[in-house]
Amino acid sequence: MSGLDDAFAACKAARRAAFIPFLMAGDPSPAATLDLIGALVAGGADVLELGVPFSDPIADGPVNQRAAARALASGTTLAAVLDLVARTRLRHEVPVVLFTYFNPVLAMGVAEFATRASESGVDGVLCLDLPPEEAASGFAGALGDAGLDPVFLLAPTSTAARMKAVGKLARGFVYYVSRTGVTGARETLAPELARELAAVRRRVRHPLAVGFGISTPEQVARVGALADGVVVGSALVRLVEEHGAGAAGPLAAEVRRLSAPLRRGRKRR
Amino acid sequence: MAERGKQGYFGDFGGTFVPETLMAPLAELARAYDKLSRRRAFRRELDDLLAHYAGRPTPLYHARRLSDRLGGARIFLKREDLLHTGAHKLNNALGQALLAREMGKERIIAETGAGQHGVATATAAALFGQRCTVYMGEEDMRRQRPNVDRMRLLGAEVAGVDGGSRTLKDAINEALRDWVTNVRDTHYVLGSVLGPEPYPRMVRDFHEVIGREAALQLAKQAGRRAPDLAIACVGGGSNALGLFTAFLGRPEVRLIGVEAGGRGAGLGDHAARFRGGRIGVLHGTRTWLLQDGDGQIAPTHSVSAGLDYPAVGPEHAHLRDIGRVEYTVATDAEAVAAFHTLAETEGILPALESAHAVAEACRRAPALSASRVILVNLSGRGDKDLESVRAWDLAAAESER
Ligand SMILES: Cc1ncc(COP(=O)(O)O)c(C=O)c1O
Repeated sequence: MSGLDDAFAACKAARRAAFIPFLMAGDPSPAATLDLIGALVAGGADVLELGVPFSDPIADGPVNQRAAARALASGTTLAAVLDLVARTRLRHEVPVVLFTYFNPVLAMGVAEFATRASESGVDGVLCLDLPPEEAASGFAGALGDAGLDPVFLLAPTSTAARMKAVGKLARGFVYYVSRTGVTGARETLAPELARELAAVRRRVRHPLAVGFGISTPEQVARVGALADGVVVGSALVRLVEEHGAGAAGPLAAEVRRLSAPLRRGRKRR
Repeated sequence: MAERGKQGYFGDFGGTFVPETLMAPLAELARAYDKLSRRRAFRRELDDLLAHYAGRPTPLYHARRLSDRLGGARIFLKREDLLHTGAHKLNNALGQALLAREMGKERIIAETGAGQHGVATATAAALFGQRCTVYMGEEDMRRQRPNVDRMRLLGAEVAGVDGGSRTLKDAINEALRDWVTNVRDTHYVLGSVLGPEPYPRMVRDFHEVIGREAALQLAKQAGRRAPDLAIACVGGGSNALGLFTAFLGRPEVRLIGVEAGGRGAGLGDHAARFRGGRIGVLHGTRTWLLQDGDGQIAPTHSVSAGLDYPAVGPEHAHLRDIGRVEYTVATDAEAVAAFHTLAETEGILPALESAHAVAEACRRAPALSASRVILVNLSGRGDKDLESVRAWDLAAAESER
């Protein structure tokens, strides 16, 4: 059982979905992120997603683009992110999933990255631009050898065959993109979400986390009733944009507010 | 060159490095392209448009005064600058717009650097009655102003991109974000032999007519079916593969790709991927990239917006690996000098992109005998660049004082 397996199993036992906040590592600085992570944990994070900043984030909307730019401006490299995770580990047990684009990983070297990430206490890695076809030859294996979970995306455009391919290669959980598009808050959730998740469940046994665009307690409640995990990103990143290193208070409050509907329990399937 | 091994790979380069949302649509695009490109009616409609709308075949021109001035090999120019809209880009834009129509996509989007691909796509969209949005970095909008006006007159929306370096790379980022959001009704007309499978091979196929025509024309005009040297500039590399593909199977033809040497050899001062880059992944493909030690994409510079991009098409990376194509650079200064030389000797204003290929021909020709033939792809016309050249000349005159 990996750290991610444990976290999802614990939430399942409590008959609720996991709350998974996202922050960009190094925004506004690596030291500040360490404090902000403490706020996420205090507010009620079951799993943490940490973004690795990249110069050309093609899957991200404006909020996360700006966060990546701030993190890069503060000198945040992939090595610095791993260092940050290692320091997080000294304080918190919450499982950490890295969200990254592939090129920084490739620049470090896939095997080297896997070893160092594992030593730092990373639990899982999702490469946004590395689909299972490209991950199968090397990346997924290297992560597995290092005891890390390769996490993959599924999307509303994914075919049944693709769901099966992801189900085969993924460990920990599968991340379902709630609608086609980039990261960022949306006014509404896709009405087809329930049907789409049911289609994924027929082909994938892993816990399903849903993200991209979730920003209100109502959305959390709705998604939480359907999925095993709810990811909230841009809504939190926006608080960091607004409050900078002083975002800890507002972040903890917002995580508490957003995750409250899950804590009331009451599930499901 | 045949793809070997894994789907969408040229040797070790290429592939499909995109977010999951785009995977199934890309597979659908590949299937549609494979089916339609084999269908005779599709080929016929495209060939008909290329002949009667776009103006193919483009002339092959023996540049006698330029050749005499240099005093060596005979230089022939493949006149893609005379294609409708002023550059080779229309070959691909027409092909993909036709494909989009057949796939039932009502909206097309494109990125553009120099503006030539944007103009070509806006033109094809007008012709087929498709809605069209073109993403363009704000720095490029400034330096290629005439093309912005042309796109708007053609009915396209030009969306300025102010992220990153505000050039071609950032325009591609934004086009990909649009596509990932609107993929169900939108086709992305990628403008070079870049990006995920099937774009590199599809864009190459639409341009391969350039070299095929040139071979036939050389037979008539130079008494031989192949040149000694074929030279093209390499941004993403579409005009170069358009010229080279017909000659890949003839080892006696030396193929030379010219990258942008910019203003110096430091990272950030050029776009010479094969000189200053390393292998990486950007915009869906594994290839040579300009990047820093941490895998962040490096800024680039070129006087020519169309070459100002940190990655090179994956098939070029492969052709270099196997030693089939040589890659070299021309600096900003050499390109502008070649621009003037061609204008003065032949009455042709080349695009600054194409001027990089002309510069390489100027360098090589004097060492070769008059029995040798150099074939240069004149990928586009220079009207869009008058402001850039004027500014360059002014700055050069100032620094001499
Ligand atoms: C006239 C011209 N030539 C060349 C290029 C570079 O593209 P490629 O290397 O794909 O031919 C451009 C791109 O904008 C262009 O406008």
